[in-house]
Amino acid sequence: MDKLPLHIVRRPELDRVFGLLRDNGYTLIGPTRRDGVIQYSEIRSLADLPVGYSDRQGPGSYELVKSETPRCFGFVHGADSWKRFLFPPKRRVFGASRQAGPQAPFDIDDLRSPPPAYAFVGVRACEIAAISILDRVIGSELLDPYYRQARDKMFVLAVNCIEPGGTCFCVSMNTGPRVTRSFDLCLTELGEEFGVEIGSERGAALFKQLTSRPATAAEKELFRLLLERASERMGRHLETEGLPEVLRKSVESPRWQAIASRCLACGNCTMVCPTCFCYNVVDSTDLKCRKAERWRYWDSCFTLEFSYLGPTSVRYEISSRYRQWMMHKLAWWHDQFGTSGCVGCGRCITWCPVGIDITAEASGFRETAPPRAVPATPQQAMPS
Amino acid sequence: MIAVQDRASVVCHDSRPMVPVTATIVEIQEESSNTRTYVLQIDDPALRSAYRFEPGQFNMVYVFGVGEAAISISSDPANNEYLAHTIRHVGSVTRAIARMKVGDKLGLRGPFGHGWPISRCRGRDILMVAGGIGLAPIRPLIYAILANRGQFGRVVLMYGGRSPSDLLYQKELAAWRDDGQMDLLVSVDYSIAQWDGPVGVVTDLIKRLRIRPDRTSVMVCGPRMMNRHVTWQLLRLRVAPDQLFISLERNMRCGVGRCGHCQYGPKFVCKDGPVFSYESIREVFGKEEI
Amino acid sequence: MNIPGPLSQKPRLAVYKFSSCDGCQLQILELEDELLELAGEIEIAYFLEARRQALPGPYDIGLVEGSISTPAEERLIRQARKDCKVLVSIGACATAGGIQALRNWADIDEYKKRIYPRPEWVATLDVASPIAGYVYIDFELRGCPVNKRQLVEVLSALLAQRRPHLPTYSLCIECKRAGIPCVMVARKTPCLGPITQAGCGAICPKFNRGCYGCFGPAETPNIAALGRFFQEERNVSRPAMVRMLRSFNGYLEPFKTSSDDYEQCIQP
Repeated sequence: MDKLPLHIVRRPELDRVFGLLRDNGYTLIGPTRRDGVIQYSEIRSLADLPVGYSDRQGPGSYELVKSETPRCFGFVHGADSWKRFLFPPKRRVFGASRQAGPQAPFDIDDLRSPPPAYAFVGVRACEIAAISILDRVIGSELLDPYYRQARDKMFVLAVNCIEPGGTCFCVSMNTGPRVTRSFDLCLTELGEEFGVEIGSERGAALFKQLTSRPATAAEKELFRLLLERASERMGRHLETEGLPEVLRKSVESPRWQAIASRCLACGNCTMVCPTCFCYNVVDSTDLKCRKAERWRYWDSCFTLEFSYLGPTSVRYEISSRYRQWMMHKLAWWHDQFGTSGCVGCGRCITWCPVGIDITAEASGFRETAPPRAVPATPQQAMPS
Repeated sequence: MIAVQDRASVVCHDSRPMVPVTATIVEIQEESSNTRTYVLQIDDPALRSAYRFEPGQFNMVYVFGVGEAAISISSDPANNEYLAHTIRHVGSVTRAIARMKVGDKLGLRGPFGHGWPISRCRGRDILMVAGGIGLAPIRPLIYAILANRGQFGRVVLMYGGRSPSDLLYQKELAAWRDDGQMDLLVSVDYSIAQWDGPVGVVTDLIKRLRIRPDRTSVMVCGPRMMNRHVTWQLLRLRVAPDQLFISLERNMRCGVGRCGHCQYGPKFVCKDGPVFSYESIREVFGKEEI
Repeated sequence: MNIPGPLSQKPRLAVYKFSSCDGCQLQILELEDELLELAGEIEIAYFLEARRQALPGPYDIGLVEGSISTPAEERLIRQARKDCKVLVSIGACATAGGIQALRNWADIDEYKKRIYPRPEWVATLDVASPIAGYVYIDFELRGCPVNKRQLVEVLSALLAQRRPHLPTYSLCIECKRAGIPCVMVARKTPCLGPITQAGCGAICPKFNRGCYGCFGPAETPNIAALGRFFQEERNVSRPAMVRMLRSFNGYLEPFKTSSDDYEQCIQP
């Protein structure tokens, strides 16, 4: 810990950081207090941050409270994730136009408006993990040029979580609370000052222009203790050891019906999840039928249309839709992308209107996992 | 790079896989009361000559302003000039196609997915089991096999349709059978007249056939329940799970494993399939509402 | 959902009004930009709210506002079905019976006696019903009032002979796409969004209110789960549950049966 390259800057330096980022053409997006919650939106200065506020999160409950210590980042993450900026909820894919009816050739333009260079302020470790998962999913620029460009341009001003929320379980998912990768600069609130770590050359170049001093041994120790304490104070825990296997064996468990008796299939969990990537496309025409457009929208596996096939939907029962969501997130994601789809941010727990807790539901399957739901040989799968 | 590009197929407009290219309907063949085959030509000559597909792959067919439908390619993969889609007019997009005429324009994206693994089946007997419109993605496979007929053992097509008038490609199938290039067993669910073939489900045909399970590769494409019963029946006959291939249907929207709609357990049907070996999907195959 | 066959070269539009407040017709007039374009593509043949001259049928597209509450309306809607190739009911009155369908739970003769000096002059049916209770309807546009975008979408789709895109999923999805924090979570406000169909643009949550359910039930509403949560965690009483479900779409299933169940103290 003594080797920890930690620098100290005073709080007003943060305004310098913002100014420098803006001078470099970045659009600053950071936590703001809006509609009674922390939301990521455009900020200009330190004054735009919800200084002195902290959040209380629980299953289906969220409250923003004035805290005794006027910290700049005294809350965990926002109601929404950075997904909104990298992979916007609604985007035009292409427009098509033709001069006459169906026999006329049509032109397609996929007007590519480049994304702004975003500087994300206050990115937490779980959110960095979520972005790196989206990188694997969206991957190629061919599939989503907007995402790739936004992703490559973005500047990450991360913040270490020293006060985890009531629905946080990043320690279980091994994604936090300390930011260790994919950041430019990382802040840790040490009293009235910030500890700063440098994560990239871009970050270093910016840092050089700040007034700073090296951290003392005591400050480094405080840093270590704060993060250690944060790890111990997770609001939730999810035992991930062997979890995909447990869930695979539970595909036909009656527990899914029990969850479905509470699940509204409203899709809130998928919308607030920082890694849920599914989208739908909607085609439309104008009144003259000469212009057509295709728009892409965030979609949810909780809708019937999601699994529409022929006259009906494959996953009609709410239990099947919840199963798809949880199995995908915690089991099948591993097959698809070599990682869990969950980063332990707890948003799906907090923002479920009826407070369904993925950590509790997933552990429930450990108790009831039948000895063998997946037959070892095809012969056993066959009805006689 | 997207998965489809390291393969024999070439996605038209590979720098813009999410944007359709235009194609013209050059011929429409009536197949049955609600099914037609559309012969298409990609408008851009460069894209047309670069276009390659594997039997079993599909295109996303776009109708101006209406939307896209995932439709398997049913023409000969050796034909570089034209490609064909056999389309049953049942959905919003396919009904819009039903209103189109020769000369009208469609959009195409593709080809997408993994087709029938012909190279893994050389030297083996081939059993193809198709139900209804499921014959469409099998027809390119038949072309490919017959083009290299010597590389395969016995070739059998079992085909089940609802009624004699619902059967696809009838003249072509009869010609192949009469040439002695493959065995053909056709049954219908019900018949009214002038049908002297078997009546019943396609699974009954399997009982009539002696297959050599250790030497046979099976290709299955049909409605969900047919796929299920044929698969179980063939596994009981000891066909190897990794030599039993099933083409699945799902709600494909993007074609490249990105939009998430076609997920089938851990698989993306559009990208990992639509053709899967039973071995690779046994975890979820036959399970309800997966 | 049927996609109707080809329309005339310049399709003729009729807009009918039954028992309603005219608010949905106003949405058509408020289209402004699109209205001019619409007038270029469609002949507005019958639309009394907008135009005194009424051209006789047949029409290609009929938009129907309001519920069927009187014998005269019943006759007119049957004629409208004969006159229109495509009939689209617009708004909660037409699709669900609307607010006036609340009288279906009350004693209508009692109402008549209290309000009108000569109740025998009032001709009314036993219940106020959605249009689909009398004639076949090709499409339905939910909402009180309907959403302008959805109106344009349905008309554009009919002109293009395509299926209109009208979401049937929950309002929550639309609400979250718009970046509105959940009012149930952040404000403890009972909200019908999770069981209500999307399409309005999440207007009420945008103003920190719970959804009133004016777009009617979503595709598979889990009313029982939401109702249990409201009662157990949000102190919503059974009579309050009945009132929440019986507003704009109270006469539409499954809101109707669920509200009856809450009234009769059966947990749906």
